[in-house]
Amino acid sequence: MSKHILENHLTIIQPEICKGCGLCIAACPQNVLKFHEKFNTKGYHYAYYVGEGCTGCNVCFYACPEPEAVAVYKKGHVFPENQEVILK
Amino acid sequence: MIKTEWTKSKAFYDEYFRNPNPDKKSTHYCPGCGHGNVHKFMAEALEDFGVIDQSIIISPVGCSVFAYYYFDTGNIQAAHGRAAAVATGIKRAHPHSIVISYQGDGDLAAIGTAELIHTANRGENITVIFINNAIYGMTGGQMAPTTLLGQKTTTSPRGRDAANEGSPIRVCELLNTLDAPVYLERVSIHDVKSRAKARMAVRKAIKNQIDGKGYSMVEVLSPCPSGWKMDPVDSLKWIEEEMMKVFPLGVLRDRSNEIQPRKIEKHYPTREEIKEQLGLNELKDKLYPQTQQQQYKNPAIKAAGFGGQGILLLGIGLAQAGMMEGYNVSWIPSYGPEMRGGTANCHVHISDKIVGSPVVSYPSILVAMNRPSLEKFEKDVIPGGVIIYDSSLIDVKPSRNDVEIMEIPATKMADELGNTRIANMVILGALVGYTAILNKNTLIDTLPYIITRQRLIEINKKAVENGFDFGANKALKGCPQN
Repeated sequence: MSKHILENHLTIIQPEICKGCGLCIAACPQNVLKFHEKFNTKGYHYAYYVGEGCTGCNVCFYACPEPEAVAVYKKGHVFPENQEVILK
Repeated sequence: MIKTEWTKSKAFYDEYFRNPNPDKKSTHYCPGCGHGNVHKFMAEALEDFGVIDQSIIISPVGCSVFAYYYFDTGNIQAAHGRAAAVATGIKRAHPHSIVISYQGDGDLAAIGTAELIHTANRGENITVIFINNAIYGMTGGQMAPTTLLGQKTTTSPRGRDAANEGSPIRVCELLNTLDAPVYLERVSIHDVKSRAKARMAVRKAIKNQIDGKGYSMVEVLSPCPSGWKMDPVDSLKWIEEEMMKVFPLGVLRDRSNEIQPRKIEKHYPTREEIKEQLGLNELKDKLYPQTQQQQYKNPAIKAAGFGGQGILLLGIGLAQAGMMEGYNVSWIPSYGPEMRGGTANCHVHISDKIVGSPVVSYPSILVAMNRPSLEKFEKDVIPGGVIIYDSSLIDVKPSRNDVEIMEIPATKMADELGNTRIANMVILGALVGYTAILNKNTLIDTLPYIITRQRLIEINKKAVENGFDFGANKALKGCPQN
């Protein structure tokens, strides 16, 4: 696996950590986060990033109360070789 | 370098291994709870300032009692309301650590009000993060001191009424009347802008501590969707529309630019300095050979009488002399609230073994200086033990017949020496003279350590000597058993 340089801003929400409170969705200025129609194992409709339109503003990161549920990466971020990231 | 990623802070554990829940990746907080947001602000600040390893977070009682599940820092969980007091102790013992007292409104503004105010008034160099959600969240939505007027809770079901429950307490305004606090700000986390302000406020409060500026507190208006019985998004609106009317946001005080940073000067005394301060260098030459007879070995002594008779001093004399002879000793007092006239007793162990508990429930030597003490404690003396009592004050005889009994007219002897208040020293001397648990010379050498007024040492010495002779005489003759 080689280094990967991010081409677009990216928000990743961990479905199993999300509690479906919706604060990120309410806060997102671009309206690119939505509740998923599926449940996670805790029984919450988790939030997810629709795939395009993120500006990397990190508002959702600070809106989310869970330390690990939301991660935001700006365009040009270089992922280290060993980091596995689901890239859409 | 421009920041390009916002991920979980390194101040959090990778996995919350302390959490008994099988899910080690998410917090125990309800969906939409404001604690998580504030945790993230704190963690980010600690990471950015590079002080994760020197931080100590004091968890309160409340939902955030488990903050130690999450923060990879030092953690202490304080008793309810005492986080500020614990933080004071930690900060003073470890002045270079970054101490954050994280408290909710039940902890800080109700049970912990006294600690809060005095810690702020002393201007301790700590950071206080105060989570104000206007309700007791953990216990199921009872009324808090910060509950708004008219707000319905389980303990104010008709809404809080100022006439009955008082008005909400504004903690920041309250602390703003004190001289010492350096930084007081009230923030909220109800929208994007306010979260950015809250984040900066938390950073500033921590930075102030790092710079040695002094007491900083950030009050955060935080949603409790479960306690308020609201949707997480609606609860943010409620903060904006209801809470902020009562708790206006803003910086109430910021003197961080005027304050000169405190310097931390800590002196660690060397071995020799400690010895010198404790007077151990002098003591070294004064060790006497141990003289305890088998019969009276390792005595557990209880001395009892009226407050003011010098019972406690008698015990201190025994313990001090025992210590000078190299024994393990303990001394604890037990007395009523009166300085004079109440009852007082003290427990003393003098042992060549380690003393497990300082309490003496079953004494081998009982000293009774008044009648109630004799009657109360004589039944506890172990068989074969010794009862020493002041026969000039006690007009009854002990009823036990399986113990040695020594009566001594201590008060009368003291009166003959010129002061009835040295009866305790007469008894001290008699006790040692009779049982020979300690050396007489040790006892005499002890007096300057326990008697603060120099001019009284001579008369006390005389009393001890008289008592000692009396006791030693009795021991030679043998005491009549009842």
